[in-house]
Amino acid sequence: MQIRPILSTLRHHKLTAILLTLQVAFTCAIVCNVVFMVAQRVQRISVPTGIAENELSAIHSRGIEKGENVQARHVADLAALRAIPGVRSAVAVSYSLPLNQSESSSGMCPSKQALDRAIQRNSIDGSGCVQPALYDGTPGLIATLGLHLAAGRDFLPDEYVSKGKPAVAIITRALAQKLYPGRSALGQSMYDGDNFFRVVGIVDTLLRPALSKPGVDGDSMIWPQRPDGSSVTYVLRSAPQDRQRVLKAAEAALLQASSNRIIDPKQMQTYTQIRNAYFQRDTTMIGLLIASVLGLLFVTALGIAGLANFWVQQRTRSIGIRRAIGATRGDILRYFQTENLLIVTVGIVLGVLLAVLMNLLLMTHYELPRLPLWYLPIGAAVLWALGQLSVLSPALRAAQVPPVVATRSV
Amino acid sequence: MFGYYLDLALHSLTRNKVLGALMVLAIAVGIGACMTTLTVLHVLSGDPLPGKSGKLYYPQIDPQDARGMMPGTLAPEQVTLIDGMNLLRAKRADRQALMAGGAVPIQPGSSSLDPFYVEARYTSADFFAMFDTPFLYGRGWTGADDEAHARDVVITRQLNDKVFDGADSTGRSLRLGGITFRVVGVLDSWRPNPHFYDLTTGSYNYYEQAFLPLQTALELHFAKNGSNDCWGNGTGGVEGNAYPSATCVWLQFWVELDSAAKAAAYRQFLVHYSEEQKALGRFQRAPNVQLRNLMQWLDYNRVVPGDVRLQAWLAFGFLLVCLVNTVGLMLAKFLRRSGELSVRRALGASRRALFAQLLTESGVIGIAGGAGGLLLSLFGLWMVRHRASDYASLAHLDPAMLLVTFALAIGASLLAGILPAWRACHVAPALQLKSH
Repeated sequence: MQIRPILSTLRHHKLTAILLTLQVAFTCAIVCNVVFMVAQRVQRISVPTGIAENELSAIHSRGIEKGENVQARHVADLAALRAIPGVRSAVAVSYSLPLNQSESSSGMCPSKQALDRAIQRNSIDGSGCVQPALYDGTPGLIATLGLHLAAGRDFLPDEYVSKGKPAVAIITRALAQKLYPGRSALGQSMYDGDNFFRVVGIVDTLLRPALSKPGVDGDSMIWPQRPDGSSVTYVLRSAPQDRQRVLKAAEAALLQASSNRIIDPKQMQTYTQIRNAYFQRDTTMIGLLIASVLGLLFVTALGIAGLANFWVQQRTRSIGIRRAIGATRGDILRYFQTENLLIVTVGIVLGVLLAVLMNLLLMTHYELPRLPLWYLPIGAAVLWALGQLSVLSPALRAAQVPPVVATRSV
Repeated sequence: MFGYYLDLALHSLTRNKVLGALMVLAIAVGIGACMTTLTVLHVLSGDPLPGKSGKLYYPQIDPQDARGMMPGTLAPEQVTLIDGMNLLRAKRADRQALMAGGAVPIQPGSSSLDPFYVEARYTSADFFAMFDTPFLYGRGWTGADDEAHARDVVITRQLNDKVFDGADSTGRSLRLGGITFRVVGVLDSWRPNPHFYDLTTGSYNYYEQAFLPLQTALELHFAKNGSNDCWGNGTGGVEGNAYPSATCVWLQFWVELDSAAKAAAYRQFLVHYSEEQKALGRFQRAPNVQLRNLMQWLDYNRVVPGDVRLQAWLAFGFLLVCLVNTVGLMLAKFLRRSGELSVRRALGASRRALFAQLLTESGVIGIAGGAGGLLLSLFGLWMVRHRASDYASLAHLDPAMLLVTFALAIGASLLAGILPAWRACHVAPALQLKSH
């Protein structure tokens, strides 16, 4: 295939060719960046929480009786909940569950010296101290949530407290490595400024109730503190398909145990619902981003097809002449395909540069990471394929132009 | 002349339906995407109290201790109970209100309704006058009621409909958390978005249904909502009936200041207050005072979700591609008509006349594209509304945005038409005539 005649033809249609190139370039830049954003969000919403998500449900209860003995209330409620057929275990927590947004956190230092350092620097950063999320709950929390104890042991019954702070804690592996890098965290004592907490166990993963940065999202600790308020969340574990039924039964059982309470239907959820609610904005955004990428590719395909159509019509006579002097249908077809390939390639080269620039701009404004370079060849391939697909129909039409056209005057 | 051009434009559009439809579609898709995201942005970044927001200020002072485990040196975004009461009682602004969010159990008198919780706001009396809340019945309570710990409550129309079947309930009693309150007022529909006066409860779609005097609620130990930041030995007191301790900020304090001079004076007062508290030993840091007005406060808190801004930028990128697309297509269309145009030139039409004719044609495409874009953005907003995001239900097209849609569409298509029209009206009449 001769490139030279194509180039000289394009020279006559400079403006149109430039516009098409620009359109391909913008599309390439936007598509690469948007697909990258989609990938980021997909990664974000698929983060593991470390708990048995499919088997858990939660129901919130708020007692409205003045002067009620809340500890006795929780014990009675839990007994009623455990009696529901299908419930394998049940615990009470104050409010925190992974990804339910109700977070309580506290500064924890690996030692008293580290705390002094933090005070000196007037900041927690760089002192060795960390701000983990705190989880509390009644005995059996680790087993009910399905957490995997990587080292150490679960809490002993006499370690649980109702008022004040307990003396021991179980922390996540991520938190252990941050507080005690290079040594075993088991048996170490964390310090929060007033109290020491001995680490008795380490769990693999337990995500925070609210995510902020990837580096700190796994910093959580559990301490043996029973919920001590009239507002409490019961966590139930059952077979995945039983969860809706178990929730309904739990509401009835709780109201039967004491009617002096309010159960908000909005806070009666399977864990899957809690998780989906947390990532609602991200899933909306993923949908919008994918829709805009498809829309963009569609518009670009239309533009390429429209202009190719125009060029074919405009050059009908010269196509006829070429056919008359011996060009085959295949020659004509390849001519338009090569022309498209040239234009799209120039557009892609520009587009790749634009994509990197756009990513740099987004990085400064929206805390996006750097665009991995392997996105660029994939984006290029997609646009090449799109260009060839959209030019196919006009090019086939051009190939159908009979040689006799050459002899007609327009 | 314009009518004639319009006629020509319509004629030309119908002659080549596919190309015309492609252009209209490209503009419509670009406009549709743009207007959907712009409307969401417009709704979310709107002024919750137009006309009043410039006079409302959110004072910040810094009562933290010197050792400061709280990172950064920005003043806290809320106030402690002590400072809040001090500033409230100082009455240095035209109006001032100290408030906190909470939840109260409602125990309706009729047996047909089970007790239920509603979100509540515990506030001092000026709240209603300051935020121009519309009253359906009755009015708010007074500053004297605040100090007397009056058992007064203002409820919303929604709650009034539920408990009192929509009747004028002023003077009637309502049991909240086992205590009998007197309904003094019923608010008509009032749902400021964003929930500007307390952003800790979520920025959008959070509404209280009961308003009661702050000091009454504190005395009765009603449950609080929202966040608290503590330092030193302060503890949050989330559970049980305890409130956050004295070294925690957890209340919002708003003032109304009618003029810039008063705002400057109030800032000075806050500095004096901080110095005085430092002299008394309560404050340890040098005065660290901020006085932002309502819109500045929303801006400072980045209330508009970053995603929404990103979407808007994305949509503009989208529109740009659509425009380049349209420019290319228009160029093709106009140049194809070189023959017709050169005949008009040869018959005496000026370049200016040709240019006007071609631009009219692109304007017609713009109007058609705008109409298509309007339909697409209505569809887009409908999709947004059916998402469960907290701001989703707010996404509606208002008349202003409707105008913007058409202005944007026509402007965009005229812009897209300039270059092709310029090129096309520079045909050499003789040359074109000769070749045909």
